[in-house]
Order: sequence, then structure tokens, then C-alpha cells
Amino acid sequence: MQRIGVFVCHCGTNIAATVDVKKVVEMALAEPGVVHAEDYQYMCSEVGQEKIQNAIREKNLGGVVVCSCSPRMHETTFRNAAQKAGLNPYMVEIANIREHCSWIHKDVKEATEKAVILMRAAVAKVNLNTPLKAGESRVTKRALVIGGGIAGIQTALDIAEAGYPVDIVEKTPSIGGRMSQLDKTFPTLDCSSCILTPKMVDASAHPNITLYTYSEVEKVSGFVGDFTVDIRKKARSVDMSKCTGCGVCQEKCPSKKIPSEFNRGLSNRTAIYTPFAQAIPNVPVIDRENCIKFKTGKCGVCSKVCQAGAIDYNQKDEIITEKYGAIVVATGFDMIKLDKYDEYAYSQSKDVITSLELERIMNAAGPTSGHLERLSDGKAPKEIVFIQCVGSRCADDRGKSYCSKICCMYTAKHAMLIRDKYPDVNVTVFYIDVRTPGKNFDEFYRRAVEEYGVNYIKGQVGKVIPQPNGKLLVQGADLIDNKQILKEADMVVLAAAIEPNPDVRKIATMLTASIDTNNFLTEAHAKLRPVESPTAGIFLSGVCQGPKDIPETVSQAGAAAVKAIGLLAKDKLLTNPCTAHSDELLSNGCSQCAHVCPYGAITYEERQVNDHGIREVRRIAVVNDALCQGCGACTVTCPSGAMDLQGFSNRQIQAEVDAICL
Amino acid sequence: MQELINRAKELLADGTVARVLGWKAGDLPFNPEPAYFEKEEDFADFVYDGFCGANLSKYMIEASKLEGKTLVCLKPCDTYSFRQLMKEHRVNREKAYIIGVGCRGKLDVNKIRDLGIKGIESVQGAEIEGSDTLTFQTLYGEKTCSYADAMLERCHVCKGKEHMIYDELIGESRETKDADRFAEVEKIEAMSPEERFAYFQKELSKCIRCNACRNVCPACSCRKCVFDSNKFDSAQKANVNSFEEKMFHIIRAFHVAGRCTDCGECSRVCPQGIPLHLFNRKFIKDIDELYGEYQAGADDEERGPLTSYTVDDAEPGIVAERG
Repeated sequence: MQRIGVFVCHCGTNIAATVDVKKVVEMALAEPGVVHAEDYQYMCSEVGQEKIQNAIREKNLGGVVVCSCSPRMHETTFRNAAQKAGLNPYMVEIANIREHCSWIHKDVKEATEKAVILMRAAVAKVNLNTPLKAGESRVTKRALVIGGGIAGIQTALDIAEAGYPVDIVEKTPSIGGRMSQLDKTFPTLDCSSCILTPKMVDASAHPNITLYTYSEVEKVSGFVGDFTVDIRKKARSVDMSKCTGCGVCQEKCPSKKIPSEFNRGLSNRTAIYTPFAQAIPNVPVIDRENCIKFKTGKCGVCSKVCQAGAIDYNQKDEIITEKYGAIVVATGFDMIKLDKYDEYAYSQSKDVITSLELERIMNAAGPTSGHLERLSDGKAPKEIVFIQCVGSRCADDRGKSYCSKICCMYTAKHAMLIRDKYPDVNVTVFYIDVRTPGKNFDEFYRRAVEEYGVNYIKGQVGKVIPQPNGKLLVQGADLIDNKQILKEADMVVLAAAIEPNPDVRKIATMLTASIDTNNFLTEAHAKLRPVESPTAGIFLSGVCQGPKDIPETVSQAGAAAVKAIGLLAKDKLLTNPCTAHSDELLSNGCSQCAHVCPYGAITYEERQVNDHGIREVRRIAVVNDALCQGCGACTVTCPSGAMDLQGFSNRQIQAEVDAICL
Repeated sequence: MQELINRAKELLADGTVARVLGWKAGDLPFNPEPAYFEKEEDFADFVYDGFCGANLSKYMIEASKLEGKTLVCLKPCDTYSFRQLMKEHRVNREKAYIIGVGCRGKLDVNKIRDLGIKGIESVQGAEIEGSDTLTFQTLYGEKTCSYADAMLERCHVCKGKEHMIYDELIGESRETKDADRFAEVEKIEAMSPEERFAYFQKELSKCIRCNACRNVCPACSCRKCVFDSNKFDSAQKANVNSFEEKMFHIIRAFHVAGRCTDCGECSRVCPQGIPLHLFNRKFIKDIDELYGEYQAGADDEERGPLTSYTVDDAEPGIVAERG
């Protein structure tokens, strides 16, 4: 039996308002093994930590239980404090009486009862704790950035500038991401290309940055400081070392009717293509699904016209395996599909478009060379209606519950730009709220209203009805005037909600990084660790973590880079000593644990054993401590109970369960 | 049967195998038991007939440790167990000479008794090439029943007449499936939670913890069962109530989930007639529905759905939907 000290934190009123902390102390003193118990207002403060340290020294404590917040918050704090007083840090257990108790209960009696039970479970566990010692692992000084949009580019540049090699893996043929599709950017209205393309060039030219475009992350193994990643470099069918980027192949390609992804399907591209003129690398890819040569075996025009001899129809996907110390996810977003919002007639009329499509239409390099025109008949629109929150802030399951955050501002931008360039065009915006929290944002919006005369109507549109004369009848509500509005428009622009790139699920799974119900990656702490994933060594950059505009994305990208640099700057990391071990006399050698181990930490060896006199060679599971991350998957898979996790042994868990249930 | 005996003797004589794992006649005409045959004269009481239900795969765990090869007679369904054990590295393929023996369904003496045939002194028609009618000489005179009516439950949901692994085949096999494998499970699924609990309470309260189900089960191949290990409190804990003891079966079902080939030995050997296979079959049904159809032991390579991961795997939330 350990000599145990129990320390109950009030957390100000966070805990003390709902849990009778004095009662928890009183009950703790009645627990077998507990020789000391006290409460304090803020146990994590210096005074609080000293209380723990003094008790360890004075009462010769062998185990400590801190009843406080989540171990994710302060377990390290208390372990360090105990270590300074000479106690092994793994002799400290946290009873989470805040997140698991006071925050979710209202009734003091019930909450106190639960806090006592949680305290008892922790005491029961600490009784079986054994001192553990952390090992060390090396850090591979190279970072991987998944996604080559503005977030990924900025993170990569910052890491590269700090002197560490960094690889960007981009799924599409070019880096640039969503930002490359934008025309102007709020709130300063500078041209998106003008500020993005230099960064793209910087990224491609930086000696520390390697670009893998038209590539995807295929497999991730390892752990913080030592990830091994397989990158699939998809066959470009064009030799990057030979191509000069002259563009003749694209001019001559006979397969010209493929909807351009970059122009959101508003124009066509060829089968051999670069997504846009400023693409980096400026090397085309052959879209094999649409290439006549790949479909029929006949054609080969691009190969004939290519002076550099760069076309290679036999190129194969290539798998590159590289080691990384840190991984930054910057997979960005896409607009939601609008098939559940057919009341806005998006599928029925070419003149109902999304904001991103409008962005392409307004762009000089876009499908209409920057002329604002109706896609149905090419006529200049006179009356444009913007509909906000299409799929954002949605109460039902058609759309997203969250605010997409960027729409209010880009719509103000669109409205302003249209009114500026085409003063004879009337612009009406239907909105729920106008949200402009950001530097110079509200001023920007007010300019749209006050200087440019954009007509903002508070209210939602119920229906858009295409008329026989080609116009669009917009039926909406004006909540301020409390009246129905029927308006004929030439063009309707939908501010469709944004959602995380659908690939993020796959990537999160490979990285064992958690995602929320909306598929946004979860941060380790919403306030204090906003650019780190709960999975060590994985960092978050840009919209993959939550809706953001460009300024915010760039700041966050920099923050993620700093966190990655902080990791790469270390030579060694302390490893988690809570690793699995197999009992050689119980191991069946059945391989089930190895099958479920996400880290490849379990191997087998033929070993001579002496099982109470039975001497034989057996196939025994062996855990590599350096690879094991202590997830415990093996321990619950092992039918014979041969696998056990240090610090979370089956006996300790059972003791906790017994303390709670019996 | 004679062909099997002749071939076994031949392989023993030429040194291919060091012993033969088959069945010998028991003390009653309907209870042959697994046995090793090492010498020519041992074969006097070798038997292979409709009552040889025992799955010999599990014996190969120990036989794999012996000197030389062991000839093992495996019925089509037994070969699934053997392959599953191969996958788990519990048997050594190199140490086995597998004769895939023919099977036309195995007999359940309890079913015969239920048909009113008791006091059995001898049986005709149970031979491997026998007739469709069983004739019994009993203390109460001659009685008959159809072979199919006397078959084990598992044979009515036969997995097929193909052997999954063998060195040679002797005898014809016949598929005897004439029932839906999951019909019984569906019946239980349709019950209310209270009815279900009452059902299992009733069935499991018959358990005398003889451990026969565990000892016969080819998936229960742990060197040391958690229930026998002094490393865990489960072996020593006093039961809080009478049903807690029955948690044994539930834990056992979890331990074999994804590995159980549905060989049906647990129910065959249960002296209390508890339909233990239903637990395992519920898991098999769930696995089929959640991860796609899977037959443990049909291969020796695949990881099996419960020890592999794909992005398309069912989310834990499925529990809330399915209940």
C-alpha cells in the first residue's frame, strides 16, 4: 500500500461551486492508504504546487492524487511538481473532477458524490502505480506540409526560413489552392494573384522546400519526431525535368471539352493541362481519364508537338518514402454541394451561381475574361441578388450548423466591385446578420452600403424561380419592414457554405488526428493550443481547423510553423514510458496484437521459455518500446491478457472500475 | 472407412507420418472419441462414422510440438478451424498431414433421444457411406429415424463440402445445408431487452462451468485462459450474484469474436444443452453486416475484420443506431 496524498483543487469556482471540496477531502482521508488530504483554491498555482511538494517531503508520500481539471490540462504540471519533490512523476494520478464532474453537473450533492467516486478510482489506481522512467527518441529534422494552398505555402515558407527542410504535398497539379481562384481580396481589394503568386514562386524556389504536386499522402506511420510517410507521386505523363512549360501541347490537344476544375466548370480545358497560367510547377499533366491516347491508344499529338520530348505516356505512379519530425495539415476547404438547396434554382438556371463562380467570372483570366455577364445568354446583368448563408448557420441537417465566416466579407467585396465597375447595376444582398469582426472589416462593409449604395435586406430568400423571359424571380422576406419581397433579377449569387476538403477524413485517419462532427480537425485545446492536433507532432494550418479568411489563415499558418519549428529544434524527445509489454508465459504468438498495432511496434520471436518446468520454444510477442505509443489497442485485443500497458495495466484499470462500481 | 484406415497405415508404415489423429470407438455406439494411432494394431478400434463430430483441429496445437508429422483427419468444416489456427500461428502446417475426410453431416445423439429413441445398443446406417435411414437396436426393440432428422444443428447450416486445406481427400462430401444460419439469431434479436435477458438468464443458468465448451473450442487456444490465470482478478473473484458466473460465456464470446469459424463444437459438447453457438453467431452476423461477409478460417492470410482497419469501417456511433 502506498502512502497517498490527495489534493483537491477548487479551480476558483469552477469546481468548488458545484463540488463540496471539503467533503471530498474528508472522504479521501477515509480511504485506505491516504495519509494526507487537503484542498486549495488553485492547485496548479505556485502555492498549490508547493503544498503538494511539502506534503510529499513531510509525509513521505509514495503516491499523489490531484482532484482537478482534465489530465490534458495539468497532468504534466503536477507530475513535474512531484518530480521536483523527489517523487517519480508517474506516481501522480489526476481525478478529473472538473470536465468530468463539476462542469457537467448542477446538483452539488450529486456532483460531490461523483467527485468522491472519481477520487476513489484514482486512489485505487495510484495504489498499483509503479515508478516509470521516460526514454528518449530522436527528432527527424524535416517537416511535411499536406496541402499547397496559402496555408500550406505560408507554413512551409516559415519552416524553411527557420532552416529546416520541408516538403509540400499537393493533390492537384499546382500549388496555390483556393486563393489562386480568387480575384480580389478583402478588405484591401488587392489582387489575389498579385499577392499569392510571388509566394508560390518563393516556395518553389526555396532551397529548403521540395514540392510534390499531383501527389497524395498514401501512408503514415511512426510518431512525433519520427514519422515515416509514403507519398504517391501520381504519373504526370510529362517529364518534369524536360518540360519547358511552352504550352504548345495544350494548344494542340484535340480533347478540349473537359470542364475546368480551376474555373469551377465554367470553361473547358484540354486533356493535357496546367490548371492556370501561373501554375507552379508550370508543367502540365495528362488527365488520363479524358486523354484520347489513353482511351483509344490513338492520338499522341502532344508527344509529336513537344519539342523537349517531355511527354511520357508510360510514366507510372511513384511512391516516395520520407521521414519527418513534424506534419502540418493544411488541406483547406471546398464549397458545399447545393443539391439540397434546389429552391435557389442552382441546378435549373445558369444565372444562379456560387460566389466562387462569380469570383472566376470577375477575374481577368476567368471564363469571361473578367466581363460581368450572364452565363445563359452573355448579356450584362442589371439586377443582381446575393443570398447569404446558403447552407451556413443551418438549423436542419441540410447544411452546416456553423458560420462559414468569410461570406459576409466577400459578398460586400463582390457587391462593391460590381457597383464600382458597373454603376448601373443594382445589387441587393439578402442576409441573416452581417458579421464583420476583423481589422477594417466593418468599415469595408459600411463602404459597400454607404458609398456604393448596395441594398442590404435583412431576411432570407425562400425561392428563386426562373422565368420564361430568362429573368429570375426572387421571393424573399424583409424582416425589418416585415414584408414579402418579389424581385426580378438577372443574376443570383449564392454564398454557399464552405466545408473541409472531403479528403481530410482519410488524412486525419492516417495521422490519428481527431476531427469533429463537421470534419474540421480538432485542436489540442481550443484556446491554449489552437494550432496543434491532440496527436503529438501534428499541426493544423488554415481552414482544415475551422472557417477562416486569408489574414487569419496566414497568421495561423505562421503559428503552426512556429510549433513545428519548436519541435524540429529539439534533438531528442522524451518518450512516453507508458508502453505495452508482453508476458512471455501468457503470449500465444497469435499475431492479433501486431495486427491492431497502429505503430508497427510489435514483432515476434521464437524464444525458449520455462513455463513452470515446461521448456519449449514459443512464438512470443515483443514490443519495441521506441515505437510503442501506449495506445493500448493490443491489451484489449489480446485474449490471454499477455499484453499489458505500463501505467494503465489491466489490474490498475480493474481497480478503478471496482472503486467506481463496488 | 477402410480406405482411410488403409491409407493411414500406409503413411505410418512408410514413415511419412509418426502418428494418426482420428477417432476410436467409445464405450457406447454413439460416442467415438478423438485418439492417436501409432501402431498398426491400434487401428482395431479406429472408427469414422456419423457420430465422429469432434473437430480434431485443436489437437494439432499439441501435435505440432511432437516429433514428426501427424496425420489428421479433418472434415470440411474442421478445415476452417485448422486454417484459422494456422493464421494465428498455433499449429504448424509442416507438422500436419491432412486427410480431408468425406462428410454427409454429423449426428446428434440428443436429437435421436428427442425422437424417442433411447437405450441404444447398436446403430446401422451411421457409416460414412451409409443409408439415409438410421436403424437402432434398443433395449425397447428396433427403431428407425431419418439421417437428416438426427443431424447436428450445425450441419443444417453446413458451410459446404469443400475442404479449405488438405494433402489428400478420401471419401465423398455432401452439403447438408437446409436452414438459414441466422434464423435463430434473428429470433433473439427481435426480442425486447427484457425478454432477451430472461432468455439468456434461463439458458446460462444451466451452466455448471465444466469448461467443456472452452476446452473443445479451437478458437479458445490460449496457452493460459484468463479464467485460469492468477494474474487477473477474474480467476479469483467471488461472484456477486449467480448470473455473474455466466459472464464467462459472454467474455468467451468476445474473445473468440472474429475468429470463431462457427464449427458448433461448443453446443455439441455442452452437457447441459445450452445453445452456446448463438453468442458466436450473433457476432458473426454483426461482423457480416458491419464489415462485409467474412468467414473465419476461409483463408490464412487476411487479418479479419476485427483486427484490421479501413477508413470505411463502421463508426462507433453505429451502436446507438442498432441498439
